[in-house]
Amino acid sequence: MKTLFPYIVTASCLLTAVVTTFSLSGCGGSAEAAPASAGIDPKKFADAVHAVMMADRTIYAQKIVTRLKKQQAPVSPSEYWEDEEHTLPLPAQMFRMGAELVNDNPEAGFNYGLKSKWPLNSQNKPGTDMEIAGLDYIAANPGENYYGEEELAGKKYLVAVYPDRAVAEACWSCHNDHENRGDDYPEFKEGDVMGGVVVRVPLP
Amino acid sequence: MPKRSLTIWIILTVIVTAGLSYALPGSSGMNEYSTFFLPGKTTHGHYQIELACSACHTPFGGVKEQSCIDCHGADLKAGKDTHPASKFDDPSNLKRLEIIDAQKCITCHAEHVDKQTHPMGVTLPLDYCIRCHEDVADDRPSHKGMTFQSCSTAGCHNYHDNLALYEKFLDDHYGEADFLEEQTVAVPVSLKNSEKQLTAEDHDCRIGQWAWQSAITDWSQSVHAQAGVNCSGCHNGLVKDKNGKSADAGAESSEWVVKPNQQQCAKCHQQELDGWQAGKHGMRTLSGLSPMQPQLARLPMHPEVGHHNLDCHSCHKPHQYDREYASMEACLKCHADDHSQNYASSGHYQLWKQELSGKLPAGSGVSCATCHMPRSEDSSLNGVAVEHNQNLNLQPNEKMIRTVCMNCHGLQFSLDALADPQQKIDCYSQPTSVEVESVQMARDWFEAKRLARERRKKSK
Repeated sequence: MKTLFPYIVTASCLLTAVVTTFSLSGCGGSAEAAPASAGIDPKKFADAVHAVMMADRTIYAQKIVTRLKKQQAPVSPSEYWEDEEHTLPLPAQMFRMGAELVNDNPEAGFNYGLKSKWPLNSQNKPGTDMEIAGLDYIAANPGENYYGEEELAGKKYLVAVYPDRAVAEACWSCHNDHENRGDDYPEFKEGDVMGGVVVRVPLP
Repeated sequence: MPKRSLTIWIILTVIVTAGLSYALPGSSGMNEYSTFFLPGKTTHGHYQIELACSACHTPFGGVKEQSCIDCHGADLKAGKDTHPASKFDDPSNLKRLEIIDAQKCITCHAEHVDKQTHPMGVTLPLDYCIRCHEDVADDRPSHKGMTFQSCSTAGCHNYHDNLALYEKFLDDHYGEADFLEEQTVAVPVSLKNSEKQLTAEDHDCRIGQWAWQSAITDWSQSVHAQAGVNCSGCHNGLVKDKNGKSADAGAESSEWVVKPNQQQCAKCHQQELDGWQAGKHGMRTLSGLSPMQPQLARLPMHPEVGHHNLDCHSCHKPHQYDREYASMEACLKCHADDHSQNYASSGHYQLWKQELSGKLPAGSGVSCATCHMPRSEDSSLNGVAVEHNQNLNLQPNEKMIRTVCMNCHGLQFSLDALADPQQKIDCYSQPTSVEVESVQMARDWFEAKRLARERRKKSK
């Protein structure tokens, strides 16, 4: 139960926006909330945090990056934003930076990342057999998520893999033209699964 | 055991125990015999504080990982560390960590193991890159056949700081001239004739009629007087608690301090003191040891200054606070290595002389401090800051490229010069024959990709 506690705390504090949707208890452990001992199903937890991740990323892409572009603002998204004046991180980079902060936060209790069978950044290659299986599954079964359990260095994890689709023209056109793509790189188009969000939750 | 032997044994035991107890480093003090307890020669980075065991070790000899971060964390962050510990937090990297535990500094930087210590204090075998990147030629065919030790020794890659070495940066600066059209560094804002400026008549020295007249004259011509800092600004003491420590940062007492120390300076110059204590000039004081003296250095120093205790006034002459003196003469007063002694033969020195004589504008000359204590615009100060940690950009020396070299030189020229060990000895006074290939490789890579993109477009 101690192992589950971080999920509850993290979920209830991180997901205030989606608690109702997922019928989670409120932050602060009020008397009316679901008893802590009931915990939260790891799969449900993974679904919930994934929902928040995607919501944040969509808002960043649509309400910030696209809006600035439409207004012809003197800033634009760039992969090299740290070294170029008047630039913003790409939505995928924003997503990865968030993942790094969570990975670095011992209180978070879980990890996530963006992985692909066709990574432009070799860091984003699948790192385990289950990640490979998950990415294969979501590519072969459009619309479905993948869930599995794996053991790494003696610890058990739930591995949830969610499809990451080409939703904006900027995504696939940039990927298709990127310097790091190989000759066998797929020509992505709208709706294609370009990779997956891997959420890894430790199991008791 | 015969009585005589027993007596000798007891006497020897007492002598050895007393000797070891005397040598034992502790909070009460250390001496030259304390090195007896060192398990091996300490690296160039840590030898100054090798007797402050608790700076790095737990009471039972373990290593505090946090102590590495406390001293080096900010530098790693500023250099956008390409292998931070957090990069390996994702459990999918556990297999990699089994090969090299990259989340612990001491995996690569063990201490007191002189015979296996390479440059940069690396104690792993030098093929460490290939442990994770052996398939590099799959993505970068140009790397095929390169030797496993060449990654970080050919001016191409560093493990931590690649700010001046990543592909896009190399390509962006391809073809730059060796000597840029504009060759200047940041110049401090002049305070001359500012509203706050004080004159010799304004001084508030409390020594009264015995006031040292030359000191008043020097002060009146200094930047302190220009900035409105009177004698009391430095000589008023700090409010201290019962333990003798400053009770409140910057709070002044009525006590007149005849010889202000670094804590007095830090009332206004905390940032400079922090930098100084992070480098080899001041790191001993940060660890609670006596100040550094040139005689303790491993680099060659002039013997006549060997016993000089280093503090702010070693470089900044009291009352004058002459930045020009502090930028070069102060350094060469102590440093006697080949690099320092060859400075006078360099083009950099010629430029410095011309700046001092007024033939070139401010910021055109290159003193020791121009490279080793670089200036930068600092919005928090609304002016120019000087990095007082002169070790910050020394190793690996590519850390100098963006903050120092590229103020005046193109990237290729900078990389070549820094990759040439003889150039370092000559103080960059001779042309180099070394040519780092990475800039051309990056250009070829991007060019090949551009052509591939065009081919794809045509085939659609």
